[in-house]
Amino acid sequence: MADPILDIRDLSKSFGGLKATDGVSLDLRAGEIHALIGPNGAGKTTLIHQISGGLRPDAGSIRFLGQDVLGLGVAARARLGLGRTFQISSLALEFSALRNVMLAVQGRQGSSFRFFANVMADTSLTEPAMAALDRVGLAGRAAVPAAELSHGERRQLEIAIALALGSRALLLDEPMAGMGQEGSRALTRLLDALRAEAPILLVEHDMDAVFALADRISVLVYGRIVASGAVEDIRNNPDVRQAYLGASA
Amino acid sequence: MRREGLLNLVLALLLLALPFAAQMLGEPFYVTLATRMAILALAAVGLNLALGFGGLVSFGHAAFFGIGGYAAGILASHAFNAEPLLGLPGTDQMPVIWLVAALVCALVALPIGAISLRTSGVYFIMITLAFAQMVYYFAVSWPAYGGEDGLSITVRNGFPGLNTANPLSFFLVCYAVLMAALVLMWRIRDSRFGAALQAARQNDTRVAAIGIRPYHIRLAAFVISAVVTGIAGALFADLNRFVSPSMMSWQMSGELIVLIILGGTGRLFGPVAGAILYVLLEFALGGLTERWQFFLGFILLGVVLFARGGIIGVLAGKARHG
Repeated sequence: MADPILDIRDLSKSFGGLKATDGVSLDLRAGEIHALIGPNGAGKTTLIHQISGGLRPDAGSIRFLGQDVLGLGVAARARLGLGRTFQISSLALEFSALRNVMLAVQGRQGSSFRFFANVMADTSLTEPAMAALDRVGLAGRAAVPAAELSHGERRQLEIAIALALGSRALLLDEPMAGMGQEGSRALTRLLDALRAEAPILLVEHDMDAVFALADRISVLVYGRIVASGAVEDIRNNPDVRQAYLGASA
Repeated sequence: MRREGLLNLVLALLLLALPFAAQMLGEPFYVTLATRMAILALAAVGLNLALGFGGLVSFGHAAFFGIGGYAAGILASHAFNAEPLLGLPGTDQMPVIWLVAALVCALVALPIGAISLRTSGVYFIMITLAFAQMVYYFAVSWPAYGGEDGLSITVRNGFPGLNTANPLSFFLVCYAVLMAALVLMWRIRDSRFGAALQAARQNDTRVAAIGIRPYHIRLAAFVISAVVTGIAGALFADLNRFVSPSMMSWQMSGELIVLIILGGTGRLFGPVAGAILYVLLEFALGGLTERWQFFLGFILLGVVLFARGGIIGVLAGKARHG
């Protein structure tokens, strides 16, 4: 089997006496969607923060594309191709959807110290940005300021930004949160198509989406992975049913 | 966007027409008033890059304004007394003075920015203020160039091909520099650098997540901003033919911020509109009462409460970014 794109080993992080991440190991292989589920407060977002570089783990290792990235900051990891979306949309709200994506293209090209040329006339920025907007179905809203986009549209825009970064792997933190049924279905289709391009570590509460999309599921409870495996195994795992899925599953 | 462009053109022409009208009316004092507007506008144009576009509320830009002023004063005094400075002759030529002012401001702004930009919000305001106060007290306690009493410039520095002693010629020099700075800011605003800077103001987490380090972008903006304000300081010293530590006082820093807020924060011509209004008020109200800033306070209050976008915002609407 080929080496995983993202390989996390024995990651630990404590806040005072609280073990938010407790010896977590998981990996992400090419072409897959690996879902990370768990009850509120299980440490999912904390884990995403450590992977993306915003938070330093106390112990463990994170390898991305075979390279140890623990010493790298958020910006450096993003440049390597580790894209993420935020649990709460994080956009430049005054900028149009198009300019938000153009900024990502610019970040990817690594050329922010250009002082004179007008960005709107720069097709090496506008064209890839439009293409990414088109893929998530936002092309018609390109000129609208991010502040005026609906909640669902902002989530789509976040994904367009991750696409435009040319990410080699995506960390998606609850992309379905707050979306209507129609929006969730459209996003599910989009993520389904995306996995071939970049594998996805998907943190999500929407179980319909998780079961529809995931190749593998890991269950995080109190900072520990309590189960990990194929969708059917997890669905039928009695521990998981008790700890997380409860009676409803 | 079109309305803003038209408004900018009107403001530019208004400022240009003012001294000529004054000359025709036989009121040469108003030429000086217009020059003061142009120079304060230039200083605020510099600050607007950091404060308006970058969201970096520097409460210490008077330091750069003063450093520019001292560059003019010190070089001129060495030229006048024919004393070498660090082995080099002084100069009474403005282009050389501006170059020196720009270089010194950049060299000072680099470490100040590098340290200050590790903080944000109120701490950034306070740390830039602290640095400016250090520079201020350094100037006060440095006897070689007048200390607290300041330094006179005997003859206004020259510009090749112009008689700068003529108020109108000097105005035109200042106006030309202002316009050059505005063109520079216009290009920067719409450039990749400007995009990163403005995005970092709106959301620096996002900017880092796409692989751009906000710190480097902000530091570059802070240094460019200081350089422009410093050149304005050199012109201000030449206008008054005098430079003193008061150019570096925190009141001066505050005045520059007030100009920007009055005119429109983060708008290209905001500082120009603000400077025109400010100098007019200073002149009109200052003639009535010494406490004219009392009334300025009311106006500022009105702008902050009811017209956040300042003059430009009221007349041209909200800024749109592509």
